[in-house]
Amino acid sequence: MRNVNLVFRREFAAYFATPLAYIFIVIFLALAGILTFRLGGFLDREQADLMPFFEFHPWLYLFLIPALSMRLWAEERRLGTIELLLTLPISMTEAVVGKYLAAWAFTATAVALTFPLWLTVNYLGNPDNGVILASYVGSLLMAGAYLAIGSMISATTKNQVIAFVVTTTTCFILTLAGSPAVLDFFSAWAPADVIQSIGNFGFLPHFQSIQRGVIDLRDLIFFGSLIIIALIANAIIVDWRKAF
Amino acid sequence: MTQVLSIHGLTKRFGPKTVVDDVSFTAGTGEVVGFLGPNGAGKSTTMKMIVGFLTPSAGTAVVCGHDVLRDPLAVKAAVGYLPEGAPAYPDMTPLGFLTFIAGVRGYDGPDRRKRVERAIEMTRIHDVARQPIETLSKGYKRRVGLAQSLLHDPTVLILDEPTDGLDPNQKQVVRELIRGMAQEKCIVISTHILEEVDAVCSRAMIITSGKVVADDSPANLKAQSGSGDLDEVFRKVTANA
Repeated sequence: MRNVNLVFRREFAAYFATPLAYIFIVIFLALAGILTFRLGGFLDREQADLMPFFEFHPWLYLFLIPALSMRLWAEERRLGTIELLLTLPISMTEAVVGKYLAAWAFTATAVALTFPLWLTVNYLGNPDNGVILASYVGSLLMAGAYLAIGSMISATTKNQVIAFVVTTTTCFILTLAGSPAVLDFFSAWAPADVIQSIGNFGFLPHFQSIQRGVIDLRDLIFFGSLIIIALIANAIIVDWRKAF
Repeated sequence: MTQVLSIHGLTKRFGPKTVVDDVSFTAGTGEVVGFLGPNGAGKSTTMKMIVGFLTPSAGTAVVCGHDVLRDPLAVKAAVGYLPEGAPAYPDMTPLGFLTFIAGVRGYDGPDRRKRVERAIEMTRIHDVARQPIETLSKGYKRRVGLAQSLLHDPTVLILDEPTDGLDPNQKQVVRELIRGMAQEKCIVISTHILEEVDAVCSRAMIITSGKVVADDSPANLKAQSGSGDLDEVFRKVTANA
């Protein structure tokens, strides 16, 4: 735990040592605002909820999260600090989890800064704050899943651009896995069972059910196990490819 | 002299290519071992296996009684290692960087601060301790890397090309530092500069194509050549590689 904490603190501080953190937060907030008010019609709907806000999170995360996760391991490789990190008395698990949690905590910071929207909706009406809380939880879980996948992909390369593009593509497919856009690709040749399981991997249905205010154990397990599996793969990849 | 480092048949293969081929030796405190060899001879790979970064294809290394295959974390805790090029996080200051390393090395509170101060003093980086590492000269960067490897006062120090790319003055500082610690530590350095071996090493191991082809004191090696020139020995034993 001590080492996880040390790695976490170093990584978290690293975001704020460069303009990255501030640019990320400003763009995230600006885009979230624009999408909510313009595309989502937040005010025109005249409903006291944050549906139009959360609805766009999967799409915002789709290209903002890979921008965060791409540096996690690719940069360590490029700088050669991976050799330093992995010859310190730290276990692979501690290094992977510490870095991942720092990225997640940073995302949570950016998401938490959307609180003025929550204040606004409470000022304008009487929203169901339980649903809003559930939506925040769901949003963070989904961000966590994107990040875990991004971290794993970042471990495969020293090129951050490759990490970004591959992560965005992978997350795009996973987000839409249950929709015709992805399923049509398989339906011509894959058996029905396979198509069904691919469909179950879609992020959107899981996110949408949490967003409705129902925190179902199955959705928690879905995101939780996805994160754990991606991080285990992350550790294996780092261990296997550390020489390159 | 106590024996603190023993290498048994260390071998590394990358695909069909054998980079390190059955390297065995032992070393004790008071020794400064110089790995000498052309680029790509397997010096760095050997070091990376000793410190537990790369897993050997065969053989093992025992550092301060810990087997690197069975207990890699104990080896990592015991050894001080400067990777090639002295990598460090560029956006951190040496002070922040060393404080992070000291934390990972298990130090806390005043003890942690003392360790960091001592390392900064030993490597003489006090003037730059509070500016980002990316703004430092090569010489300072190398010394930050050295400070990192010295923090926990390790008995075994593995330094991969500690003076590579430094100007003569900077080289002098690093060499003095190594000489100053030689008494109570076992230090392994790698280099392709022959004068370095003469300047700091008590023992030279010439490595070429992954094999140890000579292992003796620099003086004895020179005596072998007839002309008293280390260059000639080096060329002779590495020529057919």
